[in-house]
Amino acid sequence: MFHALANPARFLRLMAVIRPWAAGVAIVGLAAGLGWGLLYSPPDYQQGETVRIMYIHVPAAWMGMFIYAAMAVASATALIWRHPVAELVAKASAPVGAVFTLICLLTGALWGKPMWGAWWVWDARLTSMLILFFIYLGYMALWEAFDDPARAGRAAAILALVGAVNLPIIKFSVDWWNTMHQPASVLTLAGPKIHPDILWPLLITALGAKGYYVWLLTLRVRAEILSRQARILRFAAATDRRAD
Amino acid sequence: MTRKRKRLLAVLGLVGGLAVAAALVLSAFNDNLVFFHSPSDVAEKQLPADRRFRLGGLVEQGSVKKDGLNTDFIVTDLRNSIPVRYTGMLPDLFREGQGVVANGRLDAQGRFIASEVLAKHDENYMPPEVAEALKKSGQWHEKSGDHNKLVKPGS
Repeated sequence: MFHALANPARFLRLMAVIRPWAAGVAIVGLAAGLGWGLLYSPPDYQQGETVRIMYIHVPAAWMGMFIYAAMAVASATALIWRHPVAELVAKASAPVGAVFTLICLLTGALWGKPMWGAWWVWDARLTSMLILFFIYLGYMALWEAFDDPARAGRAAAILALVGAVNLPIIKFSVDWWNTMHQPASVLTLAGPKIHPDILWPLLITALGAKGYYVWLLTLRVRAEILSRQARILRFAAATDRRAD
Repeated sequence: MTRKRKRLLAVLGLVGGLAVAAALVLSAFNDNLVFFHSPSDVAEKQLPADRRFRLGGLVEQGSVKKDGLNTDFIVTDLRNSIPVRYTGMLPDLFREGQGVVANGRLDAQGRFIASEVLAKHDENYMPPEVAEALKKSGQWHEKSGDHNKLVKPGS
């Protein structure tokens, strides 16, 4: 299975099978989760209606970290097993993860002003999330910094692995240090600290966002594979002309 | 050893080495990475009197006194407490029993003169009816479990 996927043609066929299912999960999950959360879920006893920002903020934060973790795994696969498609999966994921991270930072600022009294504070959670955003930008810039895709891919994969050290720092920052950001509400040893009427729409939105990522990934990886093939054909054509 | 095995070990070594380096750096800078100090930290660590820092804790029940734009209250971690004076508008979530983070410095009398007060939100989310029902049935624990960073263990 693993080695079979190194064949781009077979990988493209698998992507084509997954695509409609991922699109279905994305559309149903995002519509149901956001519709429920933004319109029908109860307000919070302290935050009132402002709690609804969370239905966008929290899934976006999870996606920013989940996509980075996927990129790190794909980059390790590309480095160790020279898996040609894994590198393209990582490359295709980066802009999606960067946008989710940006959405998390912006909605967090919109929530912070009315709740805390500040748009931004330099605490460990907010700062480590901002660093994640910069790592995404650096990763994308590094791909563009080389003419040779093989060298660009290797450099970017190493950067992706180095940046993975930030993921546990983001997750546990609220436990290790005093932070302005509240501690974990969903993934805690004692179980979720969110009432089910608020938790369910959140989880459904998060599932929809995962589907949306996979859907985009099937399209973006296909585009990457096709543009690689186009590049090879262009080179071959140029060589042929010279041989004539 | 195959080349694949070598590359696997190199990648594991890279990530492992970085994790150790990050852990060492973060623990060395531990005091600078905390966003605020609790009243007990202030009592134990003897922070220099003229230094600005952030003070975090719970607003003590019954301690808030407003006089025009001036607000006086006590920040406590249930073991030590520090009186605070703040001049200005308070955030909506500011109230007694709530977590706050104040930025300012101690004056000669040991009172904390704050130039900024932020309200800290906790990790509990529930509809108002549920909060009401918990209070009625006596199962409401004022800031128990949550705010565990604001309350010193053993207090």
